[in-house]
Amino acid sequence: MEDDAPVIYGLEFQARALTPQTAETDAIRFLVGTQSLRYDNQIHIIDFDDENNIINKNVLLHQVGEIWHISTSPADKGVLATCYNKTSDTKVMTCAAVWRMPKELESGSHESPDDSSSNTQTLELLCHLDNTAHGNMACVMWEPMGDGKKIISLADNNILMWDLQESSAKAVLSSSAALEGKGQLKFTSGRWSPHHNCTQIATANDTAVRGWDTRSMRQIYCIENAHGQLVRDLDFNPNKQYYLASCGDDCKVKFWDTRNVTEPVKTLEEHSHWVWNVRYNHSHDQLILTGSSDSRVILSNMVSISSEPFGHMVDDDELSDQEDQHQEEKIKEPLQDSVIATYEEHEDSVYAVEWSSADPWLFASLSYDGRLVINRVPRALKYHILL
Amino acid sequence: MAAVTAGSGAGSGAAGSPEARYYGPATAEAAEAAPDPTDINGPHFDPEAFMTKVRSECPLGQLLAREAALGREIRALDSDMQTLLYENYNKFISATDTIRKMKVDFRHMEAEMDDLAANMAAISASSARVSAALQERHRRGAQLAGTGPGRFTGADQWGVSRGGCPPWGADPLVARAARERVDRYLRALQTFFLGCLGDVRQALAAPRPPGKEGPGLPDLLATLAASVLGQLKAVLAYVQLFTARDVAFASLPYFKGEFCVTAVREGLVVAFVRWLCRTARGFADGPAERGAPAAPPALLLLLARLCLDYENSTISYILTLTDEQFPPQDSGPAVTPGPALCAEARAAAQRLLDHYVQVQGAAVAQMLRKSVETRDWLGTVEPRNVRAVMKRVVEDITAIDVQVGQLFEEGVRRAQSSDSSRRAFSVYSSSRAPGRYAPSYTPSAPMDTHLLSNIQKLFSERIDIFSPVEFNKVSVLTGIIKISLKTLLECVRLRTLGRFGLQQVQVDGHYLQLYLWRFASDERVVQGLLDEVAASAAHRCLDPVPMEHSVVELICERG
Repeated sequence: MEDDAPVIYGLEFQARALTPQTAETDAIRFLVGTQSLRYDNQIHIIDFDDENNIINKNVLLHQVGEIWHISTSPADKGVLATCYNKTSDTKVMTCAAVWRMPKELESGSHESPDDSSSNTQTLELLCHLDNTAHGNMACVMWEPMGDGKKIISLADNNILMWDLQESSAKAVLSSSAALEGKGQLKFTSGRWSPHHNCTQIATANDTAVRGWDTRSMRQIYCIENAHGQLVRDLDFNPNKQYYLASCGDDCKVKFWDTRNVTEPVKTLEEHSHWVWNVRYNHSHDQLILTGSSDSRVILSNMVSISSEPFGHMVDDDELSDQEDQHQEEKIKEPLQDSVIATYEEHEDSVYAVEWSSADPWLFASLSYDGRLVINRVPRALKYHILL
Repeated sequence: MAAVTAGSGAGSGAAGSPEARYYGPATAEAAEAAPDPTDINGPHFDPEAFMTKVRSECPLGQLLAREAALGREIRALDSDMQTLLYENYNKFISATDTIRKMKVDFRHMEAEMDDLAANMAAISASSARVSAALQERHRRGAQLAGTGPGRFTGADQWGVSRGGCPPWGADPLVARAARERVDRYLRALQTFFLGCLGDVRQALAAPRPPGKEGPGLPDLLATLAASVLGQLKAVLAYVQLFTARDVAFASLPYFKGEFCVTAVREGLVVAFVRWLCRTARGFADGPAERGAPAAPPALLLLLARLCLDYENSTISYILTLTDEQFPPQDSGPAVTPGPALCAEARAAAQRLLDHYVQVQGAAVAQMLRKSVETRDWLGTVEPRNVRAVMKRVVEDITAIDVQVGQLFEEGVRRAQSSDSSRRAFSVYSSSRAPGRYAPSYTPSAPMDTHLLSNIQKLFSERIDIFSPVEFNKVSVLTGIIKISLKTLLECVRLRTLGRFGLQQVQVDGHYLQLYLWRFASDERVVQGLLDEVAASAAHRCLDPVPMEHSVVELICERG
């Protein structure tokens, strides 16, 4: 069926945190965390049945506080980490913890969202990430394609690497690094590179993007003034090891080659307000998803800087840059970068966009009013890329 | 006075007669008076008689005094004489020097005059050669056209052939020379424009003494536009001269057709206008090197107005002028139509104005962002004042309003709506409608807050943060206000507020609404955004108890 129509799910609360269930590669599943100051916070497990285009949900209680960031383990479908606010009358502290969801929900269920007898279940706390010494946790990153035992969290100006031991019941700080400098330095976001044997991460603080080696906890590169204003998010190109994308409050998305950090390789300026998220598609790195507080989600085709700038070559699945050049004789014109589609189903700022880890053509976007929209890459483009 | 002689005559006895001869008639009178040998100044002065007389008549004291006085006089006279001598000698010496110098200079001038004469001779020789050569070509050309050599003698002083020339194509040397000259003029125009821009930037950046107004933007714009236009006209005049003076060439069909079109209209005028638009637009694309200072907003505004004026009138004026002076051929090469150039100018103006809005919006937004990020919203006390930053925001926006108003017309404002039914849903609205909300609203179920805000959204139009800015003041100001308030909204959503924090947001919001609505093209825009700020603040508040509206008004009135 020609059905590219978006599917919308509404949470009753404000929400900012979204993640795909990373370890799940068959079923399409996303997790959303709520932000409420007066009611018990929840994590909604959204199950998308793509044959029938319907959503099934399960709700887990997350009573410790409102959720600012959520991420799932790449190895264990039931394990996730959240950054949440602990509020008292005088102080707000963002803490992080690792949780396990009830076994029966790991693989989703078939409760429809209209089911009023939605029995919310609770998460099992596995361990806290103790940050009394470090500050407010901004995010928690799992080692990509790892065994789920290593996580990195960013707390104020600290990078903390943790070992999860005893089946994640205990988190031990294995190494850390701190960003020195004047003023109150604070990391806004970070990303773990899937390349270099997962030994590199990139962080964003203020207007700079820094790369770190996790073995030595030293800075490898620094992109100063990456954006005119605050950098909000980063992502690594899954197929090209030195490329990363950043987005920020200057409404721009910039693409960088970390071997030459003086100039961005490409700049996108399609949004009219702060860009909060940028995501590469996990398989086809020319597809870039961005979400912004101008309430729009934009899907862009950045072919010229992707791993397949000349389109899909029938024989070769892993093309490196050098091989591209050798094939110039049989190559057609390089494709043009363009905006594929602008999705306007949201009416409030979009704070999170994520690709599904099960279906590479499907993605979800979340806006502050609790609206989760599931969309797909237009069919025409999908076939064009595949064939 | 005869003091000179007296000074030297103290010991000379033969002072009498030579002085009489020297001083002539004056002393003759003195000689007629009784010759008095004791008169020290007289011609018959006799020192012996003088000394006897003095010795017998004067007391010792007087003698000593007279001696002292005499001594002084002698010394004074001596030095005077020396000075006079020295001056006289000096004058003689400098006179000699001057005359020597004049001799040398005249020798130089003579040499240069000789050179000049030689050059003039050479120039007239080569000029004669050139015109001889061209006369040959003209003669041949006239022959080819079938006109006899006899017709050629109708040439006037400029060597213009009265006969027609066949269209056998342009002389490549001449064509190239003409193109090079035009290129040079284009580059000179470009340099001139960049120089004018530099002056404008300096004028904008110059520190002003307090109390003195800076240069008015309309003045700067008028000067810039007039200078550029003046220079362009001057260049056209030079090119006109070039084609007129060497009119031997001018009658070639190249000059009549292709030169006018290709070189002058396209290569000079159109190329310059295009370059101007591109350069102006370049200021909106950020500094060339990262870290270099960005263009000041006033410059962006000025260039936007300049490009708009070009689109509206200047381009067609320039093209008309060019076409008058260098009439194009009908069958000539394609020309760039005026509307295409106007479109480029308008695009540049739009980009510059959009960028201006972005830059100014970001500046105001940064103030709001810092004010939200750094405040302790949980522990703050009950608000007594509007926060200082809000007043600065209003001041800055007022200043921007003045700045934009110097160059752009007011624009159309939407009349204030009397329909206030939608106010009922803005529970925490800081509007001026009193009593429209419940003082302590606590949602009984999670659905209610959500339902309310969704219903509110149904009635209000979705605010497009970046609808393209129009070329009038209210549109520009609305764009800037939208960016600022949207930033305020985003920053408030990232914090957690206590009860008094929420009330402070309420007070600040009311203040902004009181003073900002008149800048926007539609006050509902300002109202809508501030409502969203209030709603988000309420959601982020641990204990949402809004302040009494009358108290809010009181605080804002107090300022």
